[in-house]
Amino acid sequence: MAGEKRKGLQLLDFWVSPFGQRCRIALDEKALPYEYLEQDLGNKSELLIRSNPVHKKIPVLVHDGRPVCESLIIVQYIDEAFSSSSSLLPSDPYARAQARFWADYIDKKVYDCGTRLWKTKGEPQQQARKEMVEILKTLEGALGDKPYFGGDEFGFVDVAFVPFTAWFLTYERFGEISVEKECPKLAAWAKRCGERESVKKNLSPPEKVYEFIATLKKKFGIE
Amino acid sequence: MWASPMAIRVEWALRLKGVEYEYVDEDLGNKSEALLRYNPVTKKIPVLVDDGKPIAESTIIVEYIDETWKDGYPLMPADPYERAQARFWARFAEDKCNAALYPIFVTTGEAQRKVVHEAQQCLKTLETALKGKKFFGGDNVGYLDIIVGWFAHWLPLIEEVSGASVVTDEELPLMKAWFDRFLAVDVIKAALPDRDRLLALNKARREQLVSSA
Repeated sequence: MAGEKRKGLQLLDFWVSPFGQRCRIALDEKALPYEYLEQDLGNKSELLIRSNPVHKKIPVLVHDGRPVCESLIIVQYIDEAFSSSSSLLPSDPYARAQARFWADYIDKKVYDCGTRLWKTKGEPQQQARKEMVEILKTLEGALGDKPYFGGDEFGFVDVAFVPFTAWFLTYERFGEISVEKECPKLAAWAKRCGERESVKKNLSPPEKVYEFIATLKKKFGIE
Repeated sequence: MWASPMAIRVEWALRLKGVEYEYVDEDLGNKSEALLRYNPVTKKIPVLVDDGKPIAESTIIVEYIDETWKDGYPLMPADPYERAQARFWARFAEDKCNAALYPIFVTTGEAQRKVVHEAQQCLKTLETALKGKKFFGGDNVGYLDIIVGWFAHWLPLIEEVSGASVVTDEELPLMKAWFDRFLAVDVIKAALPDRDRLLALNKARREQLVSSA
């Protein structure tokens, strides 16, 4: 085991994880071959624990035996380590800072609020609904009339947010939020991204996400 | 805002690059129109305004400074893997260590002992990134030192105000040694807020928080 440095790229991941999907999309956008290793999060592998001892979470990208953790850090790493292929981040420092800001905003807000949307009921759920609509409207404001968050090209912020579009159906059914109605530009952006090969290939079908969450709800005893 | 650890990161980065800047203190209880205009999304400081263009979030601002004044003192490592590591630890420090420190400030007695222990575990994990090096950045102060550096000035102060003992030679020897090395760097020293003023502010805050807890 010691000294064994496996060449190439491996992605330790969990099929429905939007964070993992960011990495898969980035790898495909850069046309990088990699080995996908599905992880059992109920029974974590020795490889996962060894690769991410601090958090023991997916996704983890292992490159020539060295692990990189945290999805947005992985995406930036992919962009920087394989800089000869098309860039996900813009080259201008100010544009990069804006991209990082929005990706960070998405990271801080979307998943947590989304979780509260399906995990809670009554007043907390109403609060989560209100917050999610605000988050989506803020993101729609950042998108504006551009085809993608970064402008004409699919980039870092699109990669950061697009996996969550597979969750819109779940938000709709459990949280009673219609993205189409509240944020039509965002809904159009989701559709546009959905036409890309990397996105088509790597996003979970919305019905599958819904089934997964429905099962979790039963498991947690949330009616 | 003079007492903000997040703002000081930006000052350290600018000073290391030798970039001139205007410091504008904000009253967070009465935010200026400029702040709200420059950072409408989170309305927080620090915000760096470069030629009228605003950048928010201190960790993002520091990378912006590094990329904009790229011929100056290097803040981020050059190697992509090292950069990923630096960003990972910065995120860990922000998400986990910051959250672990705050409870120390608002608790007393047995409850405080418990949260001190948890904070120490967190810092011990962070300390592994320091092993065998003078600074997190290696031989010289770098991005991660700038992000985590506020601990060096604020933690001893929080310890004094809260009556807790967190970063000790026994528990966190590498971190303690790094505190001293870091604070000895001229550029770092030059931007520190006045200790007495900070102490007074935090003493008052603690009294208020503990009494309302």
